[in-house]
Amino acid sequence: MQGMARSPTVLRRTARVHACCLAGLVAIVGATVRAGDVAPAVLEAQQQRIDVMQRAAATAVAIFAGEAGGGSGVLISPAGYALTNFHVVQPAGVAMKCGLADGRLYDAVLVGLDPTGDVALIKLLGRDDFPAAEFADSDDVEVGDFCFAAGNPFLLATDFQPSISAGIVSGTRRYQFPAGTILEYADCLQVDAAINPGNSGGGLFDAQGRLIGVNGRASFEKRGRVNVGVGYAISSNQLRNFLGLLKGGRLVDHATLGATVATSADGRVVVSDILESSDAWKRGLRYDDEIVSLAGRSVRTVNAFKNVLGTLPAGWQVPLVYRRGGRREELVVRLASVHTAAELSNIVEGKPKKSAGQPPLPPRLPGPPGHGGPGVPEEGGEPGNDGRPRPSDEPQPRATLPDVVKAVYESRRGFTNHHFNTVERDRVARLIAIEGLAAPQGSRWVLSGRLATGEGFRIELSDTEGVIDLPTGTTRVDATGELDTNPSPPGSGGMLASLLVWRRLLREGPEPLGRTSYGGMVPLDPRSFGEAGGPRLVDMLESSVAGVEARFTVGNDGFVTGIDLWTAPDADPCEVRFTAGQSDRGEALLPGMPGRIVVRHGNELFGEFLVEKVVLEAAGDTSGGIATAAGPQALPGGGP
Amino acid sequence: MIRRIRRAVIAMVIGFLAGGGLASDGSRAAAASPQETIAGAARKVVKIHGAGGVRGLEAYQTGILVSPSGHIITVLSTVLDAEELDCVLDDGRRYRASLQGVDPQRELAVLAIEAEELPSFTLAAADPVPVGTRIFALSNLFGVAVGDERVSAQHGVVSALVPLEARRGSYEVPYRGAVYILDCTTNNPGSPGGAVVDWRGRLVGMLGKELRASGSGIWLNYAIPAEAIASSYAEIISGSTPSGTDSLGKEPTGPGFDPAALGLVLVPDLLDRTPPFIETVAADSPAARSGLRADDLVIAVGGRSVASRAAVQQALSAVAEGDAVRLSVVRGGAIVECDLGPRPAAGRKR
Repeated sequence: MQGMARSPTVLRRTARVHACCLAGLVAIVGATVRAGDVAPAVLEAQQQRIDVMQRAAATAVAIFAGEAGGGSGVLISPAGYALTNFHVVQPAGVAMKCGLADGRLYDAVLVGLDPTGDVALIKLLGRDDFPAAEFADSDDVEVGDFCFAAGNPFLLATDFQPSISAGIVSGTRRYQFPAGTILEYADCLQVDAAINPGNSGGGLFDAQGRLIGVNGRASFEKRGRVNVGVGYAISSNQLRNFLGLLKGGRLVDHATLGATVATSADGRVVVSDILESSDAWKRGLRYDDEIVSLAGRSVRTVNAFKNVLGTLPAGWQVPLVYRRGGRREELVVRLASVHTAAELSNIVEGKPKKSAGQPPLPPRLPGPPGHGGPGVPEEGGEPGNDGRPRPSDEPQPRATLPDVVKAVYESRRGFTNHHFNTVERDRVARLIAIEGLAAPQGSRWVLSGRLATGEGFRIELSDTEGVIDLPTGTTRVDATGELDTNPSPPGSGGMLASLLVWRRLLREGPEPLGRTSYGGMVPLDPRSFGEAGGPRLVDMLESSVAGVEARFTVGNDGFVTGIDLWTAPDADPCEVRFTAGQSDRGEALLPGMPGRIVVRHGNELFGEFLVEKVVLEAAGDTSGGIATAAGPQALPGGGP
Repeated sequence: MIRRIRRAVIAMVIGFLAGGGLASDGSRAAAASPQETIAGAARKVVKIHGAGGVRGLEAYQTGILVSPSGHIITVLSTVLDAEELDCVLDDGRRYRASLQGVDPQRELAVLAIEAEELPSFTLAAADPVPVGTRIFALSNLFGVAVGDERVSAQHGVVSALVPLEARRGSYEVPYRGAVYILDCTTNNPGSPGGAVVDWRGRLVGMLGKELRASGSGIWLNYAIPAEAIASSYAEIISGSTPSGTDSLGKEPTGPGFDPAALGLVLVPDLLDRTPPFIETVAADSPAARSGLRADDLVIAVGGRSVASRAAVQQALSAVAEGDAVRLSVVRGGAIVECDLGPRPAAGRKR
């Protein structure tokens, strides 16, 4: 009765109670902020946290992929490079619009893709002073560490202001099986900060506001696609490993050892299968060998093995320690690609393995943001901007791209955006270029010194031939023809060919050399894995020249630190390593010239060459009349 | 935006302050960092692998070590209904476990593995932790941790200690004891049997089976208090039949206290959580002398926050007769403290 017709008094009172309650709560919040008895240290900590979060918020990118949804990203350089997820940008194509917390909308272009790792690199355009997040070493992250995410959950950031969700690190080095056929999350960070659809691609930050990961995945259960306190982020160290390749506009692949491992009955991780074509096999790994460590990290479970492997790009050389019959052995193995180039392209173009008669998905209905479903791929679920696989739209026709994007986009098979490969290749070319090395009057290079065994050597490199004098005899290679037919000196796998190609790179630069592209960053020394901060990474260039494939590594000072040269695709390469600076006697050599050259082929050390003198002289008589007089560019060496 | 961040930060700072306060409260031991607390507690949590893996039933859950000689408490579930039940310790060691006994009423079970000198939780009699206690929940959620990988850690706060009224499907759960409601998403597959610890690593409770609240159907994030675990463990180990009764969570049975005895009349209790506004203050009463006025909103009794009219009544009942009554009220945006003097005897309205 009362309920049917409440007395005016009750109605009035109820309304008053509600209103006063609200006012009271507001007052309480106000009073808390104003309270003068909060310890200064707490207020200071609070202010620091606010500053940290505001700095991080400035680097958060709200990515809009039109009706297809969108997600988040995080800026990592003042030039505008931003990391995000593959599954966020996949529906957007080459060009997208990105909002920042400054309230402005920017055009952005797709730069690089790592579909297996669910990573994409984009570049925001129009400024060179973007706020950028600083990388932290994710190996230092501990369970229990404070962390927070800045992103665009449920595409709420229609005003481009990111949402912050805070929590702790719940787990480290988590392995998440590939969702569907791809999108493997290896060695990832698990957090209880809320990661919701739309947070994908956004940054995960530590208490100092440094980037420890990129959020991209969550476990969902029961309540639909909302946070249940279990989110996963790709670690910053994995991102760091792939960043060079991504900046080079590549379509990046992950690595395989060419061997599978399993847990034996007594709990060891052993090789259960191995391809005889793999580098691991060629280096000596066999069935039932126990894996002790890979890339400097101990391997005690199959997951740990997959975790390490999942963070490494194809093509890297990494140390592998195994045990056989109680004996501990160490190898350096070269990792192969998981996919073929065609497979990767198909994944990116969204071509599923077509089963006949499969009907196309219905076209998406436009909807308001927040209902279109930005994506976090579900554990075990399919990738996709909204968690459902969808055939990609036709690639955006170039004509429809905004002009600013058109200027920085070049389509090429095997690349995400070849324009950026050219940019990176030219950057490395500028690093390498040394005044004077290209001069015609110094076209014949003569390097002489002693072998580690004490005997003398002499190497002569010119436009026409390469000659090496060793205690075992003299070998020549014709520099004008194809180089793959002559891997001399015998046992080196192609040392002279390598040095001839190296001379041409230094004299002419990468572009005239042949088909040369930027190959990302690789470890300078594979044995430096496991050191704090990870291995030192250097730029790499890949060339196809005169019938051989060559990879050059280039330090950030422009010094070419090494060449790997293949005379045949399935042969072991000739591995030449240069040490910079000075001869072993401490004397300065010409810039760019090595003081020490180490040559390996397969499992063997071919030779260690201590360079004492470098002379660049005019080509003169090509028949081999070696001028002993030092040319104008010769530096005083320690020679006779 | 800035304000949004600031609010979150303030809440967090207050939380950390509370956590810090807890750590420094009464203990001479150096406060461990959250990272150390989690690492220490996680060593006492095991991953259990048993039956299941079909039709949405997980074949894994969590358990806690409660004796150095390998006694493990976990929740009673279909996972345990297996010929081969395996427990994986934090360091990756794997043991075959045997079922020692069950408590069908609280739905708990004790397992044993043959091992010695294991890190374990102490099941000591202790009062329930106060609402607001910051906690970590450690569990094998979603089975993401395998081998020597550490169980997942989540953070949260004890939101309430209330009797459990829950169901699984249409099946009403028999246990009616008090449980901690947690502000922490813990109702995930694999979580049941996980440890809830405070910021000093002491066991607060155990994550229960995945349940929905009877009334609302909402998935519950809850933990069975350590006290109930301890009783259950003692009963199972001693072989006595679980009593099926639990002293926990029962409301105090003494006579309620009518605030009118202090000259205080609150608004009628119309809602589930009626805000405790003061309707009138009797002239020349302790309430009037303390400075209380009509329309003040009571926010705390004796320094402990009260969220509803019922809570005020309960809190006043909890003040012993003769002890000082102190109310905090909000008036015009400011907090006013009022001392009402000693609490009179319960009962009679004036």
